[in-house]
Amino acid sequence: MAAALKLLRQAPLTAKFGLLVIVTYIVVAMFAPAIAPYGETEVVGAEYEESSPEFLLGTDNLGRDMLTRLVYGARNTVGIAFVTTCLAFLVGGILGLLASTLGGWVDQGLGRIVDVLMAIPQLIFALMILTIVGTSVTSLVLVIALLDSTRVFRLARAVSMNIVVMEYVEAAKLRGEGLWWIIRHEILPNIMPPLVAEFGLRFCFVFLFISALSFLGLGIQPPTADWGSMVRDNATLITYGITTPLLPAGAIALLTVGVNFVVDWFLHKTSGLKE
Amino acid sequence: MAQILKMVGQRLLLGLLTLFVVSLIIFLGVELLPGDLAQAILGQAATPETVAAFRKELRLDLPAYERYFEWLGGMVQGDFGRSLANQREISELLGSRLENTLFLAGLAAVISVPLALTLGILAALYRNTLYDRTVNVVTLTSISFPEFFVAYILILFLAIQAGVFPSISNIGPDIGFWERVYRTMLPALTLTLVVVAHMMRMTRAAIINLLASPYIEMARLKGLSPSRIIVHHALPNALAPIINVVVLNIAYLIVGVVVVEVVFVYPGLGQLLVDSVSKRDLPVVQACSLVFAMTFILLNLLADVLSIVTNPRLLHPR
Amino acid sequence: MNVKDLQGLVSRGKMSRRDFLAQASALGLTLSAAGTLADQALAATPKKGGRLRAGLAEGGTTDSLDPATYTDIYMISVGFGTHNSITEIGPDNQLTGDIAESWEATPDAKTWTFKLRKGIEFSNGKTLTPQDVIASLNHHRGEDSKSAAKANVDPIKDLRADGDDVVVMELHGSNADFPYLLADYHLLVMPEVDGKADWQNYVGTGAYVLQDFEPGVRTFLTRNPNYWKEGRGNFDEVELLVIADVAARQSALTSGEVDVMSRADRKTVHLLGRTPGIEIEEQTGFLHYTAPMITTRAPFDNNDLRLALKYAVDREQLMSTILRGHGTLANDHPIAPSVPFAATDIPQRQYDTDKAKFHLKKAGYDSIQLDLSAADAAFAGAVDAAVLMKEQMAPAGIDITVVREPNDGYWSNVWMKKPWSMCYWGGRPTCDWMFSTAYAEGANWNDTFWSNERFNKLLMEGRSELDASRRGEIYGEMQRIIHDDGGVIVWGFANYLSARSEKVTHGPDVASNWELDGGRYVERWWMA
Repeated sequence: MAAALKLLRQAPLTAKFGLLVIVTYIVVAMFAPAIAPYGETEVVGAEYEESSPEFLLGTDNLGRDMLTRLVYGARNTVGIAFVTTCLAFLVGGILGLLASTLGGWVDQGLGRIVDVLMAIPQLIFALMILTIVGTSVTSLVLVIALLDSTRVFRLARAVSMNIVVMEYVEAAKLRGEGLWWIIRHEILPNIMPPLVAEFGLRFCFVFLFISALSFLGLGIQPPTADWGSMVRDNATLITYGITTPLLPAGAIALLTVGVNFVVDWFLHKTSGLKE
Repeated sequence: MAQILKMVGQRLLLGLLTLFVVSLIIFLGVELLPGDLAQAILGQAATPETVAAFRKELRLDLPAYERYFEWLGGMVQGDFGRSLANQREISELLGSRLENTLFLAGLAAVISVPLALTLGILAALYRNTLYDRTVNVVTLTSISFPEFFVAYILILFLAIQAGVFPSISNIGPDIGFWERVYRTMLPALTLTLVVVAHMMRMTRAAIINLLASPYIEMARLKGLSPSRIIVHHALPNALAPIINVVVLNIAYLIVGVVVVEVVFVYPGLGQLLVDSVSKRDLPVVQACSLVFAMTFILLNLLADVLSIVTNPRLLHPR
Repeated sequence: MNVKDLQGLVSRGKMSRRDFLAQASALGLTLSAAGTLADQALAATPKKGGRLRAGLAEGGTTDSLDPATYTDIYMISVGFGTHNSITEIGPDNQLTGDIAESWEATPDAKTWTFKLRKGIEFSNGKTLTPQDVIASLNHHRGEDSKSAAKANVDPIKDLRADGDDVVVMELHGSNADFPYLLADYHLLVMPEVDGKADWQNYVGTGAYVLQDFEPGVRTFLTRNPNYWKEGRGNFDEVELLVIADVAARQSALTSGEVDVMSRADRKTVHLLGRTPGIEIEEQTGFLHYTAPMITTRAPFDNNDLRLALKYAVDREQLMSTILRGHGTLANDHPIAPSVPFAATDIPQRQYDTDKAKFHLKKAGYDSIQLDLSAADAAFAGAVDAAVLMKEQMAPAGIDITVVREPNDGYWSNVWMKKPWSMCYWGGRPTCDWMFSTAYAEGANWNDTFWSNERFNKLLMEGRSELDASRRGEIYGEMQRIIHDDGGVIVWGFANYLSARSEKVTHGPDVASNWELDGGRYVERWWMA
């Protein structure tokens, strides 16, 4: 604990800022019902009201409180993006590691499957699957995780390929260590940095993917608040210089910047550069 | 060199196999989609009789496997077939659209790749300075906005308020090259904003990753300037991951730009594909998907060849 | 200077409409009166020349030139730009002849005789004959017809030519409103080749000639130099662009890339209207938004439950939120106030949760849980409307789960399949047409599967009745039956909202049977 605090104190300002953003979002997401002034789907005023003491950020296209929607949006959007990205990294990462350490037909087989999946345009693939199975949060998470895991697979495999041929891995194999031991102790620690860097961006791409899907009419089900759809619902206003749609977009941007600041700090620490 | 050729040959064969599997998956996918072309076109006005007549005319009443093999047979002979919806020759339909898509992707790449590399190298050089932070925040913010939203903002400032560029890319058949560049500028700029961050961050990370290596230390001890170290010593060795991410993004510029095409009314392949999926126009969906898959396979191959060529150790393995 | 002088200036093109409004209101005229006067002045002077560029929604790369497949404004613009129909709904919403000069029926309204105008030529020089008209209608008839307008021509039993300029149509049953059916945008008159209508070469009798058609992108038309209608077909060239995204469409109009746009965004149309040089075109047509319930399935087979739902809808709120006031309240029947014989005397149904609870109780429920299927394919804002209805019905003990369905395949898999869904109806210009399309027992698009004996009997009576006051009684009663017993919540008639630049103008009247002057703006409008 003390070590962690020390580490934190030494962190650069940007990393502290990133952490602050992430912690704030988590708190907001967890205590959304307590923080939000109104109910998630409650219609409380006229449409597109300006900001007032009653509605701090005004109201949206149906007369729901914008602040409330943003707060609940944190819960849904961040939750979904986090689960999706974790799932993608779990599946893609593990398969990528297996492919590189086992080699042979496992590598070939998985590699070809991923080739096929990647060769089909992502958005179209998602569009088709979601149309077939129906749009629910679960299917959305599974489909995006599946598509993202192909990217993670390639990265994990490529990076760990370089490690597998190292002498210390050979030595561990000769010592008779098991597969999982080698992966956990020798390979994983060495491939973490690029994977973490990828995590930072992938996490944010999930919001955008959901938003693009809602542009094509397949997003998260209403009346659930999520930032991607909120941008979509209010986007036309921006053409007239009205900034309402900037709020959810800004919420996404802030989180993206925050997460990637923390990722940068981590990369810097692991790169061994002293400056 | 012979090894590279052998690899290219192998990969091309595998690519053919991939294309075949992709065509199967797409076919099954479209078959599984609820509704068919007849229902999609007639929409609310469909009746059982008109739908049946439509199906019969388009031979949609044949069993699925028969239609697939018929299509495959034509495909093997290089015949893409005709669009079910309007009976147009698909090769014709595809040709001009593919050209448009490549033009847009090319223009966006010409702007974004040098920009991203320059920004990335400078960010690595001046790492952890105000410049580094600013570039990072700006690019990260630009990729946090959904594409259509970036597009709307650019339209607001550059088309409506400043009036510099047209808000829609109305590229008719008979316009000159520069006129075309001018009319394609807004979608290209939108795409630039979308892809620059990824490439720039990877460039920066790949270079910084190498800065702790012994040979860089050596160069530093020899008293070389930081910019010289980065450009002459770090960059060549960091090329492989950079090339990979650049190629991945170029593939995205070709394959993944449906939304931008819709907003700017740009007649590319993506819009054709989405329209055809929603109308269940199977031969067109197949043709577009295969073109995209082929693009992806070839670009991937290109990336691998380039990584080998630029890395002496891989070119001459021990 | 008096108003007449000002009007003169306008009609000679010496003064813009906007300046006229300013001057006229300075003279004490109300803005709308001044607007009418300005339009009258302009109406007198259709001008030839110029290039019309329209940015339209609802075109796709899968569009076909075959008139049997048209579904929306884009292909309607292409069709009516280059072709004519037999009859036409005029700018004043009255039925007039298009290629038909006149028509008459036998007293039982079973046999109709259409006299064609003399000397009409197709743009390739061929003279129009009755055979062309017959082949064009046959294109939509018969066993293997895949036409969306099959229902319009289904009443026809037999078609025959009588001389050089008369077509006689024999119907299966009486149909007093039959000529209206022939104004449909699918029923374009095409030249006959080998007994069949030739749509492939796309030669029409219309105001323009097709030069270039790239589906889902653009269509280019040039003026037909010897068009036979006075004051119509005014532009030299017409460019029709597909702009699917509404924000892109409005930006294109604002930045002057197009002169006319279809389907403005209700959320921002007030902002668009404030933009200098842009006029909003708003007409209350027959378009209405509904929530059909399948009345053959429980619990919707119980009329008290249906009444409970009808009372638990706050139409005012839907009107102000979903349509943002751009529409007229509807009263649970599909007849718009502008349709002949509309029963405007039925008291408007109000939002009343007590009455809703009363009927719910009568149907045997204290509270009930229902699924409502919605997708924006039904109409823009359908999902939002469903969410609002959920909130409105909650106090009456009706708990709705909004099921968001995919836009793709909505009409084939959700509408008329799921027990309760959201829907739109383009509406029809006559009671009979609307009823026989969607409310008669066994009708193809009877989306509530509703059958009411009295209603079906009245429908038959109305068809053969030529006496106007008796027809008024019949159609009045039918609307009342739907209002009280029908399986559909009709909550609003939506206005058509489109916009044009001031560079383009039109006559004093604008038809409201479809968007943009009934889809005939290409033929009717001109450069200001």
